[in-house]
Amino acid sequence: MESITYGHVAPDFVDQVEMMSHANLSRCFHCLACSAGCPFCEDMDYLPNVIIRMVQFGMKEAVLKSSTIWLCVGCNTCSMECPNSVDMAAVMDSLRQIAVGEGIQIAETGIYSFHNAVVDSISRYGRTHKLEIMMRYKICEKEFFTDIDLGLKMLSKRKLDLLPSRVKDKKAIKSLFEMAEGK
Amino acid sequence: MRSMKKELSYFPGCSLATTAKENNASLKLFLNYFDIRLTDIQDWNCCGSSSTHSVNSKLALSLAARNLFLAPQDKPLLIACPGCFLRLGQARQELNGSQEKQKEYEKHFAKTYNPNLKLLHFFELLVQMNNNGLFKNLTGRLNGLKIAPYYGCMLARPPSMNKEKNHYGLIEKTMDSLGGESVQWPFLSSCCGTFLSVSRPEIAEKLVNRIMQGAIQSGAECIVTACAMCHLNLEIRCRPENRLPIFHFSEILSLALEGKASKGWFKRHLIDPEPILQQRQLIPCQTS
Ligand code: SF4
Ligand code: SF4
Repeated sequence: MESITYGHVAPDFVDQVEMMSHANLSRCFHCLACSAGCPFCEDMDYLPNVIIRMVQFGMKEAVLKSSTIWLCVGCNTCSMECPNSVDMAAVMDSLRQIAVGEGIQIAETGIYSFHNAVVDSISRYGRTHKLEIMMRYKICEKEFFTDIDLGLKMLSKRKLDLLPSRVKDKKAIKSLFEMAEGK
Repeated sequence: MRSMKKELSYFPGCSLATTAKENNASLKLFLNYFDIRLTDIQDWNCCGSSSTHSVNSKLALSLAARNLFLAPQDKPLLIACPGCFLRLGQARQELNGSQEKQKEYEKHFAKTYNPNLKLLHFFELLVQMNNNGLFKNLTGRLNGLKIAPYYGCMLARPPSMNKEKNHYGLIEKTMDSLGGESVQWPFLSSCCGTFLSVSRPEIAEKLVNRIMQGAIQSGAECIVTACAMCHLNLEIRCRPENRLPIFHFSEILSLALEGKASKGWFKRHLIDPEPILQQRQLIPCQTS
């Protein structure tokens, strides 16, 4: 856990995040209920509520380079605890998207490659193909030898299908991706 | 009363269609037994999963929206996977809140948007079934099997949905009414680590083993979950000393229908549940 130093202020950062996430960050009174309930807080560099404070302080670079925004899995556990209905998962989504959009150095490249492998799989089949996602992820992260036993066990139990389950209307899926790219 | 004739449309989602086929099969068998018939949405696509909204909100909305437009408009849409339920529910909320977005997607899909399409959570359907007295003849069937009910984060929702029903306690209530025994334990709504199981396995392992140890200490003989993702993570990230069989909720429900549950489902588990099934004389029959 790092303490935060006030610096490199981007005063409009909070507006950008609020606009994208539709979350009202000034509702947060730092009661810490979210951070206490977050199952991943031990491994985060800043607690979720600290991220909110840093956004309010305009500490854009530190927030976007943090591991917290990638370790957040969007489980909404915090939202169930928050007395003031701050949509933390939406805030984290926005922060990840800003980080990617602005070409910031990403703290958790493995998690980012995983998300890309999933989205890639959806673009090809319209559905997720777990075996291929795992293989692509492992290749991308050069983790060739981890989880091999597990992979084989899952194959033998037919938990991993060799062939993907896929959408027939490929064009429809393609058009959704084009729509998202603004084409 | 043994039946509740109903025709529902159904969104299986990627996990139930692939890694968790046994979840899908047991769910269909269980509902079929009570004359509840499911028809998959034609050519459905992935709900977007946890990854799409992490990196691309517009794409996440579009993927979910296609399913909402494809679903037959005159029947409730049953969604068994809690992750998919949330993704489709959030997309629906976003569309319902914006005429502009509705129009955009109506144009894209060349169809009229139905803001009133009923999205039916599997838990809500179970409540209806129970209220209709369908489980009355099944009392005692689970032979005292000791169960740790596990919700993970499946019932957690964003603040915009926090006025909806919670359904905590439903697994316990249902299991107990079928003759199981639910234990009280501290980890029932503790997240399993979801996709970090792939990209940061040491984090998922820590969470999973904490959950598994908690279940063992509570005296449970097995864990019951209604989320296929939780099922997989608990099985693959559990250390050998913390092993305890994990069941899909629908498998256990089907076990209460004597002679209906299929051996094949349990063969797909990575932690072998057969010893405990034998011990409690819950013998799956069919082989397919
Ligand atoms: S629980 Fe809500 S109000 Fe409390 S610190 Fe977290 S975001 Fe702020
Ligand atoms: S949504 Fe993110 S910040 Fe909130 S509890 Fe889950 S992982 Fe933690």
